[in-house]
Amino acid sequence: MTAEHVTTEHAMTEQTLRSRLLGVVADWSSDQRSFKSASWGKAMMWIFLVSDTFVFSCFLISYMTVRMSTTVEWPHPSEIFALDIGGKKIPLILIAIMTFDLITSSGTMAMAVNFAYARERKKAAILMLVTAFFGAAFVGMQAFEWSKLIHEGVRPWGNPFGAAQFGSSFFMITGFHGFHVSVGVIFLLIIARAVWRGDYDVGRPGFFTSRKGRYEIVEIMGLYWHFVDLVWVFIFAFFYLW
Amino acid sequence: MTDATVPQNVAPPPAEVEDVELYHAHSWITKYVFCQDAKVIAIQYAGTAITVGILALVLSWLIRLQLAFPGAIPFIDATVYYQSVTMHGMIMVVYMLTAIFLGGFGNYLIPLMVGARDMVFPYVNMLSYWVYLIATLVLVASYFVPGGPTGAGWTLYPPQSILTGTPGHEWGIILMLVSLVLFIVGFTMGGLNYIVTVLQARTRGMTLMRMPLTVWGIFAAAVMALLAFPGLFVAGVMLLLDRTLGTSFFMPSLVELGERKDYVGGSPILFQHLFWFFGHPEVYIVALPAFGVVSDLISVHARKNIFGYRMMVWAIIAIGVLSMVVWGHHMYVSGMDPWFGFFFAVTTLAIAVPTALKVYNWVLTLWHADIHFTTPMLFALGFLVTFVNGGITGLYLGNVIVDVPLSATLFVVAHFHMVMGIAPVLVIFGAIYHWYPKITGRMMDERLGKIHFWITFLGAYAIFFPMHYLGVLGMPRRFYEMGETAFVPASAATLNIFITVTALAVGVAQAIFFYNLFRSLKYGAPAGGNPWRAASLEWQTPETPPGHGNWGKHLPVVYRWPYAYSVPGAPEDYLPQNAPPVAGEHSP
Repeated sequence: MTAEHVTTEHAMTEQTLRSRLLGVVADWSSDQRSFKSASWGKAMMWIFLVSDTFVFSCFLISYMTVRMSTTVEWPHPSEIFALDIGGKKIPLILIAIMTFDLITSSGTMAMAVNFAYARERKKAAILMLVTAFFGAAFVGMQAFEWSKLIHEGVRPWGNPFGAAQFGSSFFMITGFHGFHVSVGVIFLLIIARAVWRGDYDVGRPGFFTSRKGRYEIVEIMGLYWHFVDLVWVFIFAFFYLW
Repeated sequence: MTDATVPQNVAPPPAEVEDVELYHAHSWITKYVFCQDAKVIAIQYAGTAITVGILALVLSWLIRLQLAFPGAIPFIDATVYYQSVTMHGMIMVVYMLTAIFLGGFGNYLIPLMVGARDMVFPYVNMLSYWVYLIATLVLVASYFVPGGPTGAGWTLYPPQSILTGTPGHEWGIILMLVSLVLFIVGFTMGGLNYIVTVLQARTRGMTLMRMPLTVWGIFAAAVMALLAFPGLFVAGVMLLLDRTLGTSFFMPSLVELGERKDYVGGSPILFQHLFWFFGHPEVYIVALPAFGVVSDLISVHARKNIFGYRMMVWAIIAIGVLSMVVWGHHMYVSGMDPWFGFFFAVTTLAIAVPTALKVYNWVLTLWHADIHFTTPMLFALGFLVTFVNGGITGLYLGNVIVDVPLSATLFVVAHFHMVMGIAPVLVIFGAIYHWYPKITGRMMDERLGKIHFWITFLGAYAIFFPMHYLGVLGMPRRFYEMGETAFVPASAATLNIFITVTALAVGVAQAIFFYNLFRSLKYGAPAGGNPWRAASLEWQTPETPPGHGNWGKHLPVVYRWPYAYSVPGAPEDYLPQNAPPVAGEHSP
């Protein structure tokens, strides 16, 4: 590549960046909508997720703070979250499977969105059901992990391995995340049923809202689902790996 | 020179989204109770907020009676006193002010002012109110449980808030925390609605920079609330776990009544950080809508465009951003690295810049204006004076070395009641007198309104102005009784009696307002569609009060900003936002 090539390319990107920035300014200075391509529902979900990010951030920062403030030693995660398989202790094996499971569910969710926009109802609904299954499996594995730890004597107010805050933070943060996943599973099932029946083709009014839905709801559901996965990655990094 | 100038404001672009599918209520219950119309939800929100507000007003009387006549009223013992202080503070800040500005005025005014048929998610909006109502009922329920409501102070600082010895440590604190968590859930549903409606559901021609400042204030407050309430949510959940499950998030090892508790290794300061990360933005969540409303009141009743509209908008945004990074100034006395104290003092004092800018612009709007001393205008002017007063004492308290000696005294009580108690309440009254004709179709009585204003305004000053002096003397706040205290002179007790008598009188005088409010429903003079000859969109609805869907068959089209008053060459002294452009017009 010649030097001249590089400069023109550089100038090009600068040009596109500039025009894109101007585009943002134009959108925000215009009437009617600030996000020109986002529907009301999509905009709402994005803004809700920003707010929810603050909730999870506060939880994680609080966990880090009590981990510093406690005078008792923090239990070693790779020992506590280890499973006995075939007489060997394998650290973090369950968490690895759970993380893999949840990230796979993001893949199936993305495929469901694609098929929903292609109006392939059955495929979209089945993929949503698969996503819901992965989600339910995740919650199930979490329940298994909880009961294992409770069996070993870990309680929110104390545990035999070290700082009491370990159990408190663990149950609170994974519980709050598990609640998010469970809510997601319930909504996935409701929307999958509506997609399967073709509610959005015939414009059947919703049970609660009495309004017609659109296929876009699958994508909005997807936004929530990917967010819950992303949050898990942070919980995984800050709680299990640290 | 040519006189046939081409109108600057060409017709706005065509509609980007099709008109919404409105839900039509069929029964009395879906029309007035479980209603999805933002206007009805607004009145439900405001009604509930005012009702609990009256409860909190009565509680303030109990506090004042004890301070002026210690022990004279037998049933106000230390427990009742601390419970009253706590409930008064929490109800007024969260359940009254936040709910009435965002849930009340936000719901009523946002769709009308941006030219929408309703909020974008009417069903979620309805849920928002009902969750708020449940939160309020849970809070009030704490009066009927063993031990009564919590007396931990509205800040609910652990460890004391959940230890025996604090009133209401049995059930009161649990109900308080559950209620706060519910409030936040309900508020989030409403807040998403307000934000998305402003961003995505404006009518043709309504750019962000043509929105009335009321909408800007409510919008910025809603954004801040969605970012700040998570702090309180997390603090509430964790304190609830500390109280019910015995976790030690906020609880260090401690001995209580000679007995070592099971708590170990928690951080009480963490709670303070989380609480004030919510608590400080909360001040501006209340103040920004008040700023917005007062700008509109002043502009309409002074028949002049608001001075420096763009700067007013940017000041709102600057205040919103800055207020997220000043929470530490509530914690100077908790012990803090001096560099943090320095940081928080600098950010706190920096807020004075955009705030002063707003005050100057209000004053410059009044400069050489055609001021009509209507009741809403009087309340707006009352706000200006009160707010400047409270803001200046805020500069004192923002400095670490001044704050430390004053922090635990009545000076702080005087400061925050001036700046976020009286000032926003004056705006609420002004706003009710101003928009009542649109909501009901009838005017409120001007004479009664003026009597109400002067009693409230002068009374509020009589209550809170001397309190600064008591604070500087060193009279502590939160104390149940003073007893024999050498540094407090006997005259301070006389002043306390004066404050209490005034507070009782001003409180009772609010009956004038309620009498006016309800009497005018039936006997008020018919208002017509636009009694104040205002330019903003909510006054241009085809019906008054606005019908379901607000705008009849066609959505309005907007050609200019909402402050086109005294426009040269216009047929009247104002041009509504949706009137077609006139030749030679230069409105933004």
